[in-house]
Amino acid sequence: MFLRILEAIGGFVIRRLEGFGTIVLLYKETMVQLTHRMRFRSILDQMSHLGVDSLLIVSLTMLFTGAVITLQTAEKFIEFGAQGTVGALVAIAIGRELGPVLVGVVCAGRVGAAITAEISTMKVTEQIDALRVMAVSPVNYLIVPRMLACMIVVPILTVFGDVIGVVGGWAVAVYYSGISSYMFMDAIHTYVDTYDLTGGLIKSIFFGNVIAVLGCYYGLTCPDGAEGVGRATTRTVVASIIVIFILNAALTFILY
Amino acid sequence: MIRLVDVCKSFGSVQALKHINLTIETGETLAVIGGSGSGKSTLLRLLIGLDRPTSGEIWVGDKEITHLGEHELDRVRLHMGMVFQYSALFDSMTVGDNVAFGLREHTKKKEAEIREIVLQKLHQVGLDGVEDMMPSELSGGMKKRVSLARALAFEPDIIFYDEPSSGLDPITSGRIDELIIHTQRSLNVTSIVVTHDMASACRISDRIAMIYQGELIAVDTVERFKELQDERVQAFFRTLRTAKEE
Repeated sequence: MFLRILEAIGGFVIRRLEGFGTIVLLYKETMVQLTHRMRFRSILDQMSHLGVDSLLIVSLTMLFTGAVITLQTAEKFIEFGAQGTVGALVAIAIGRELGPVLVGVVCAGRVGAAITAEISTMKVTEQIDALRVMAVSPVNYLIVPRMLACMIVVPILTVFGDVIGVVGGWAVAVYYSGISSYMFMDAIHTYVDTYDLTGGLIKSIFFGNVIAVLGCYYGLTCPDGAEGVGRATTRTVVASIIVIFILNAALTFILY
Repeated sequence: MIRLVDVCKSFGSVQALKHINLTIETGETLAVIGGSGSGKSTLLRLLIGLDRPTSGEIWVGDKEITHLGEHELDRVRLHMGMVFQYSALFDSMTVGDNVAFGLREHTKKKEAEIREIVLQKLHQVGLDGVEDMMPSELSGGMKKRVSLARALAFEPDIIFYDEPSSGLDPITSGRIDELIIHTQRSLNVTSIVVTHDMASACRISDRIAMIYQGELIAVDTVERFKELQDERVQAFFRTLRTAKEE
């Protein structure tokens, strides 16, 4: 019984280490392919496909997040006479943490899942093999454009989400909590530093990278069949979200 | 010439191919037959470098490909074409873009020139006027032919066919066989056809190789192959005779 438990734990650890090793090798190959042919058209296509389609969900998520932060804090801040700092609180919280993390999570669900579904379907229908047979590297053709597109698009979506989030917070502050628009904006001007935004953007570049590489990894390693495609897609979303939260903690520690 | 020397392939504890020794001459058509799970598709994947053998050597011309890196292997693959079992056409591209794919990737030909080649290759496989259609609009037989046109676009020296007649009705299957024969004769390419269709193997090939549970149990010309007394070979011919009687 004890041996079986040990075997199960050992098997689990070995599988995870194998998976980690494969991701490291995939990263290495992606870096090598970055120096080869660059497919600008494909990068733009992916940016349009993955980025533009995510605008609505990012807007909705960030709008309501900004609104809720103000709802939760404005009343207490007014009670303590600190209504002049609500704008800063909303902007800093969104710029440093909530913007990059929530946009990252939304993109993991929307973009990561789309990447895995597309690549795993290509794998199951032998299209990846067809690329290799035609002497075209799947990493160069599929992963590099997606990785670069995500590393550009996720920060752009984060900036967009940050603005929408602050607008959501401003709307609640002005029309519900009775804080003046001038006071809200003045707090942002006074307390918010450029680094509050750029730090968040640095994080989002890493998140974009993680989403694309994990999406491609689970797509390329998906088991055969429709069930395999579904399972790979779910794994991408779960793994990306976990890595984003861990990476966010590490980056917050390093950046701030 | 393609040469396999003592090639073995294992997946975990399962030995898919056991000590395969085989030579395929330039310009010949070899049919590799065997039941489902016998290892014939694995053999094909090893030949084109999609998988690596566990041990042994594979020679394509004067190059030993077993230990080549992916980049060096790509240079060898430029002389190869493959028709996949389920066609493996890129479903986000039109038929024309599928056929033009290799040309756009590896040559500096102008678009007008590429289009001309595409139309010529599609005509060669009997498909005119489909270049702007999407793969999803084609029948199974048409997809196979587009897959062949794509393989031919780069004018390869070796063409691999993975179950070219599987899933097709007998008439379409016969047309694909004729196309394989025609391609071999007109271009003098080396063809390796993996199939479990004995009738098709007899029609198209110069020699037949049979794989049984990962072992290469017989390789011979079609006529001599039919006379082999091995029960495992005869079992395959019985299916052919039964089909004919029906």
